[in-house]
Amino acid sequence: MDRAETSERIAALIEPFNKKGVTVTDATRFTDDLEFDSLTVMDFVAAIEDEFDIIISMNQQAEIENYGQLVDAVVKLQG
Amino acid sequence: MTETTETTESKDLFSKFDPLIQMRTDLLSTGVTDPFGLVMERVVSPTVAMCNGRETILLGTYNYMGMTFDADVIAAGKAALDDFGAGTTGSRVLNGTYAGHKAVEQALCEFYAMDHAMVFSTGYQANLGIISTIAGKGDYIVLDIDSHASIWDGCKLGDAEIVPFKHNDIDAMEKRLKRIPEGAGKLVILEGVYSMLGDIAPLKEMIAVAKKYGAMVLVDEAHSMGFIGPNGRGVAEDQGCLDDVDFVIGTFSKSVGTVGGFCVSNHPKFEIMRLVCRPYVFTASLPPSVVATAATSVRKLMNAGDKRAHLWANSKVLHKGLTDAGFQLGTTEPQSAIIAVVMPDLERGAMMWEALLHEGLYVNLARPPATPANMTLLRCSLCAEHSAEQVQTIIGMFTRAGKAVGII
Repeated sequence: MDRAETSERIAALIEPFNKKGVTVTDATRFTDDLEFDSLTVMDFVAAIEDEFDIIISMNQQAEIENYGQLVDAVVKLQG
Repeated sequence: MTETTETTESKDLFSKFDPLIQMRTDLLSTGVTDPFGLVMERVVSPTVAMCNGRETILLGTYNYMGMTFDADVIAAGKAALDDFGAGTTGSRVLNGTYAGHKAVEQALCEFYAMDHAMVFSTGYQANLGIISTIAGKGDYIVLDIDSHASIWDGCKLGDAEIVPFKHNDIDAMEKRLKRIPEGAGKLVILEGVYSMLGDIAPLKEMIAVAKKYGAMVLVDEAHSMGFIGPNGRGVAEDQGCLDDVDFVIGTFSKSVGTVGGFCVSNHPKFEIMRLVCRPYVFTASLPPSVVATAATSVRKLMNAGDKRAHLWANSKVLHKGLTDAGFQLGTTEPQSAIIAVVMPDLERGAMMWEALLHEGLYVNLARPPATPANMTLLRCSLCAEHSAEQVQTIIGMFTRAGKAVGII
């Protein structure tokens, strides 16, 4: 799956968690811009993991601050 | 030449605590007694202490089996103080192993009917040590999101990949296990009783799934030891799956009535942990009086069927009494000795806590981030030494305080 398609699918998954309707770009940060708390992060990560059948461990999550980094990580994890 | 002095403003490392400082200030500005600053002036019995000059029923200790004042336990501790002194001043692997340390490990082996037992200086260190030592780089730890802080810290101290799943969700756990790369080491971490809501885990199903995917299983039974299971070995024993648990973690600071932590296991190579587990090696061993009290208490817990029955009766009566009074509880049925009463918010939780203290009842106020789903809880922990009359008194105190604060 290429980056554009991966991004499209993640964008659809983020919607229910994007309570304030923030416009999401590659630079959008999860904590600062989308105001995700730890419970939201867990649910959102679980949704992505289920969609792509991958594991994003907490160690990997620590390296992901913004949307663009997440898309790149998911592309990479799909191999 | 002109000398210029340029000063860089240094960052206050305490700035990150500002939101918490503010929360505490706001709470205390309402005039409530500091819920985190209670001092017990005198402890009268396992269920009663003097707090602020007033006789207070203790419903917020983890003294589930009431062993803190057991005559045999106290006698064993006094004798050990006389015979072995106040402390060992050393690590277990150097000068810190006395006969008492071996005796309490033997008592634990017999209590759990397992081959190996290793005692740590606290339960926190038991989780920190075992988890960080057995799961290393390239291994995966799959754990419940509501796991205790000591489990999370054990994960942090090690180098394994950490994969949490939704609380008690068997499908979510299986999905994550299924996705772990082939050949990687796997450890599943569960708790028998989750301490915030007092709910139990479906260990039988979860452990079966973990074994299906070749994972080793660690179960923290801190809040069930002595009380749950036909022999008090915990939820895994009660659900008939203790034989499939690779490591049981427990503590002496709850049912055993003193302080310390342990791991029991049947793993044939377990003894090597004494040389490779840093929170075991690089810390002082427990004082002789503590291991003596623990050994005596653990042996007495093996034959505490009557106490277990009384504690279950207490749990059922309190759960029903509080439910009937109109409180929202953490579980719909009593599942352990912990009865968690859900508060609408921190402010009213603190008001209720204070109202109970004025009634003469101490419970634990639990708040985020220690609680699941940002709840504020008044956590009641019953003791086998609470009398049936005390439990009725407690229900009355809750009812009066709840009405005064406007929660029921």
